[in-house]
Amino acid sequence: MNLSLATGAQWDWAFAWEILPQLLSAMRVTVTATLLGMSLAVFGGLLLVMMRRSHIKTLSRSGYWTIEFIRGTPLLIQLYFFYYVLPEYGLQQSAMVTGVLALGLHYSSYMAEVYRAGIDAVPKGQWEAATALNFPPKRTFFTLILPQAIPPIVPASGNYLVAMFKDSVLLSTITVTEVLYTARDDIGSDRFRYLEPLTLVGVLFLIVSLISVAGIRRLERHLEKKR
Amino acid sequence: MTDSPEPFIQIRDLHKSFGDLKVLQGINLDIPAGEMVSVIGPSGSGKSTLLRVLMTLERPEQGEVLIGGEPLYSMDGEGHTTLPPKAQFRALRNRIGMVFQHFNLFPHMTVLRNVTEAPVRVLGVSRKDAKAEAMKYLDEVGLAEKADAYPAQLSGGQKQRVAIARALAMHPEIMLFDEITSALDPELVGGILALLDRLGKRKEMTMLIVTHHMNFARQSSDRVLFFDGGVILEDGKPDDIFTHPTHDRTREFLKSVLEV
Ligand SMILES: Nc1ncnc2c1ncn2[C@@H]1O[C@H](COP(=O)(O)OP(=O)(O)OP(=O)(O)O)[C@@H](O)[C@H]1O
Ligand SMILES: [Mg+2]
Repeated sequence: MNLSLATGAQWDWAFAWEILPQLLSAMRVTVTATLLGMSLAVFGGLLLVMMRRSHIKTLSRSGYWTIEFIRGTPLLIQLYFFYYVLPEYGLQQSAMVTGVLALGLHYSSYMAEVYRAGIDAVPKGQWEAATALNFPPKRTFFTLILPQAIPPIVPASGNYLVAMFKDSVLLSTITVTEVLYTARDDIGSDRFRYLEPLTLVGVLFLIVSLISVAGIRRLERHLEKKR
Repeated sequence: MTDSPEPFIQIRDLHKSFGDLKVLQGINLDIPAGEMVSVIGPSGSGKSTLLRVLMTLERPEQGEVLIGGEPLYSMDGEGHTTLPPKAQFRALRNRIGMVFQHFNLFPHMTVLRNVTEAPVRVLGVSRKDAKAEAMKYLDEVGLAEKADAYPAQLSGGQKQRVAIARALAMHPEIMLFDEITSALDPELVGGILALLDRLGKRKEMTMLIVTHHMNFARQSSDRVLFFDGGVILEDGKPDDIFTHPTHDRTREFLKSVLEV
C-alpha cells in the first residue's frame, strides 16, 4: 500500500496564520446567524406548539401541517425558496436576513416537537391543580406548565442549537459571507489553496461546538440545582 | 349553620362513564352548607369520580348539579348535560376547592408562592395582601417557617399541609378531599386528619372527604356516604352506618376494612 500523497499540498503554517483573522471574522457572521436563527426558532417553536394545542380545530390542524411540512422538506430547498422565489413576489431581503429566517423557520418545527415533549412530561396533576384553583387557561400554560416544561428540554434544545450552527454553512449557497463562503469563495478560489482554509473552518466549528456544549451542560446543572 | 331553605349542594341523577365503563350511575345527593361528609366505599366504586365531576375535572354525561341554587351542570332538551356561560361557570368553580392525594404542588414555586399565586392571579388580590393571608394559612397548618422552601424540600405531610393552605387561600365554600392521607407515611396521617377535623368543626366550609380511615369517618364527620358500584348505597349518621348498616354490601365492606 502506498499511503504517500502523490502531489498533495503541504500544510503551510504561514498561510494558515495569514488567513485566520479573516476566517475568525467570518465565524462571527456564522455565530450571529445561528444565534438569531435560534432565537427565532425558540419563539417560532412555541408559537407552533401553541397552535397545535389550540381548541380551535383549524388552528391546531394548520399547526400540525406546518410542523410536518417544514420538518419533512430539506432546509436547502427552503433556503432556495426564500432566496430565489420570494423576491419574485416582491419579498426581497438581504441574503443574511433570508438565511436567518430560513434557519429560524426550519428549526421552529424541531423546537415545536421539543416543547411538545416537555409539556407532555408535566404531570397531569399540575393541570388539575390549576383547574381546581380556577386559573384561566393562558395563565395555567404560561406560569404553571411552561416553566416546568423548559428545564428538561434544555439538553435537546442545545443539540438543535449545535445542529443549526453546523447547518448554517448552507447559507454560503446564497452568498452569505459566513465562514465556509469565506474559506471557499474568498480565500480558496483566490489563492488556489483549500487545505488550510477548509481545515481551519473545521477546527473552528469544533471549538465553538465544544464551547457551546460545555455552556449547555452548565445551564443544565444550574437548572437541576434549582429544582 | 342555620337551616337554609334549600340544600347548598344538590346533585340530581348524575351519570359519568369512561367509554363503556359506567362509573357514576345516578347519584342523588343533597348537602346542607357547612356539613362535613365522609365518603367511603370499595376501590373503583366512583368516589374520586364524583369529586372530580364536582371540581369540573370531568364532565358528566347526564344529571344536574346546583351550588347554592345555581346550576354548575344542567340538562338540555335532549337529556345531555350542559354548562352555564363561561363567566358563570368560572364564578361557580371559584367557590369549590380540592386537595389531591398526590398534593400537586407547583414544584418551581416556593411554598409562599404556591399559596399566593391563585389569589393574586385569579382573584386579583394584591401581592402584599395575598402574602399576609398566606402566612395566616401557613401558620394555621403549622408551616409558617417553611414559606421560602421549595416543595422538594418538604416531607409528604408538609406538602399536603401546603396544599391544604393553598386551597384554603381561595376561600372556597366547598372543599373536596380525595384520599389526602393515602400517599403519606403512617406517622404523618394523624396530624392531617386532626387538621381536617379542626376545619370541619368550624363549619365554615362544606366538606366532602374521601377516606379509608374509618375511625376518622365515624368520629369526625357529620354524615357518611357508602359508595358501591357507582351509586350511594348508604347515606346516614356515622354511628348508624357503622353500627347497623342496612345493606349486606356495607356490612361486608366494613368488616373487610375494619379487620385490617
Ligand atoms: N380517566 C379515566 N379513564 C378511564 N377510566 C377511569 C378514569 N378515571 C377513573 N376510571 C375508572 O373508573 C372507575 C371508578 O374510579 P374512581 O377513581 O372514581 O374510584 P374510587 O372509588 O375513587 O376508587 P379508589 O378507592 O381506588 O380510589 C375505576 O374502575 C377506574 O378505573
Ligand atoms: Mg379514588
